[in-house]
Amino acid sequence: MDTRVQVAAGESPKLSVRDLNFYYGGFHALKKINLEIPERKVTAFIGPSGCGKSTLLRVFNRMFELYPEQRAEGAVLLDGEDILTSKLDISLIRAKIGMVFQKPTPFPMSIYENIAFGVRLFEALPRAEMDERVEWALKKAALWNEARDKLSQSGSSLSGGQQQRLCIARGIAIKPEVLLLDEPCSALDPISTGKIEELIHELKSDYTVVIVTHNMQQAARCSDYTAYMYLGDLVEFGPTAELFMKPKKRDTEDYITGRFG
Amino acid sequence: MNDKHLSTQFDAELSGISNRVLEMGGLVESQVAQSVYALTQFSGETATQVLRAEERVNAMEVEIDRDLSAIIARRQPTARDLRLLIAISKTIANLERVGDEAARIARTVQRLINTGVSSRMRLPVADLSFEADLAIAQLRKALDAFARLDTAHALEVLRADDQIDREFDGLMRKLITYMMEDPRTISASIDLIFVAKAIERVGDHAKNLAEAIIYVVKGTDVRHTSVEAVAEAVADTVL
Repeated sequence: MDTRVQVAAGESPKLSVRDLNFYYGGFHALKKINLEIPERKVTAFIGPSGCGKSTLLRVFNRMFELYPEQRAEGAVLLDGEDILTSKLDISLIRAKIGMVFQKPTPFPMSIYENIAFGVRLFEALPRAEMDERVEWALKKAALWNEARDKLSQSGSSLSGGQQQRLCIARGIAIKPEVLLLDEPCSALDPISTGKIEELIHELKSDYTVVIVTHNMQQAARCSDYTAYMYLGDLVEFGPTAELFMKPKKRDTEDYITGRFG
Repeated sequence: MNDKHLSTQFDAELSGISNRVLEMGGLVESQVAQSVYALTQFSGETATQVLRAEERVNAMEVEIDRDLSAIIARRQPTARDLRLLIAISKTIANLERVGDEAARIARTVQRLINTGVSSRMRLPVADLSFEADLAIAQLRKALDAFARLDTAHALEVLRADDQIDREFDGLMRKLITYMMEDPRTISASIDLIFVAKAIERVGDHAKNLAEAIIYVVKGTDVRHTSVEAVAEAVADTVL
């Protein structure tokens, strides 16, 4: 396995992963991963179940620390600073590196509060500014037109696709630098999926987006760079168009052409 | 290396469409051979058969194209599957044009016969026949290479293309001499120049096929590059 740092040519890296190993107890889930995620681009992680792509995403904002038997070795640099050893408060790291999960997870509160809640943890905004922030986030997440007249209604009254966009709005409301999306569309219908993909495209002008997806076509459609992982190894990383047209590794080709098995 | 998809139906679709390309290739190959036979034998009947086969070739092109679109829409192919389908799309367009060249030769034969030209005029049809054998051999080799996705064979096709071009140049000189010696052969000689050009184009189409095969296997577009550069791409062991 080639363990050289894989750099996307001509891009400045937002996140740099250096010799990252990850263990679930005795299980070695990520094996010496080295890669650089370029700034203000969409980077997709694909690979079969259990390949470590979601694990990697969970390392990016130290989500794994909630479980004592899980540990990471190596470094994940955000603009050069190692977030794994950082003395920064964990919630500040997660404010910089937001995450949206597979299943929409609206808080049991109003649509407005769903967004304002996280913002209040970091900023004391006067009411008018908070209103503005909520509107901005909902507009960014392409949910404003559907939600503007029912901001006081419960977040769970929205449809699945709307809930997921609410979660994205919640994620961007605190103005993170990186947005991690873990299978954001797997529970959504094609129209909602299309809206989220459109949104991902919009978001990359302001954020670095990292998306994990089982849907290869989705990776092909909405990412600039794609990483293929298998059994904890980073097999190949490169520009999406290249990886889907002329992958460098036979293993990658077998997977994306459906010869895997 | 694993050649089978998880979906056996997808495998069946790809091998089915590849086989139809080969069938179409076989058809146009025999069209070219027949058209040249019609010329050397001054056989109007054979020329008519060539023209009749053209309709089938055209219909096959349309059918294969339709199936290509269906596979792309349903399977969203990637990497070498996608490259194969793109190459097939180009290949059948080239094969259809080979069929057009055969039909052009057949129509020329009909015209020559109608204007009373016969074997007694001792035109250099044997030289044309030799050029045609080269072109047909090239086409067959390209189709074989396609069937086995064999880049070494494809490279041989590219290397041999010069030979047809040289043959064509030689024929031109010869026909010019005929015309100068006996102006009564001018009309027929001009027709034969067009036939020679048609045969030379068959060789060009074979070359395009060979380039498409290298694209499928290696993922490198070798059009408009030198044979040496192509050989390098073929030797590249990536994948």
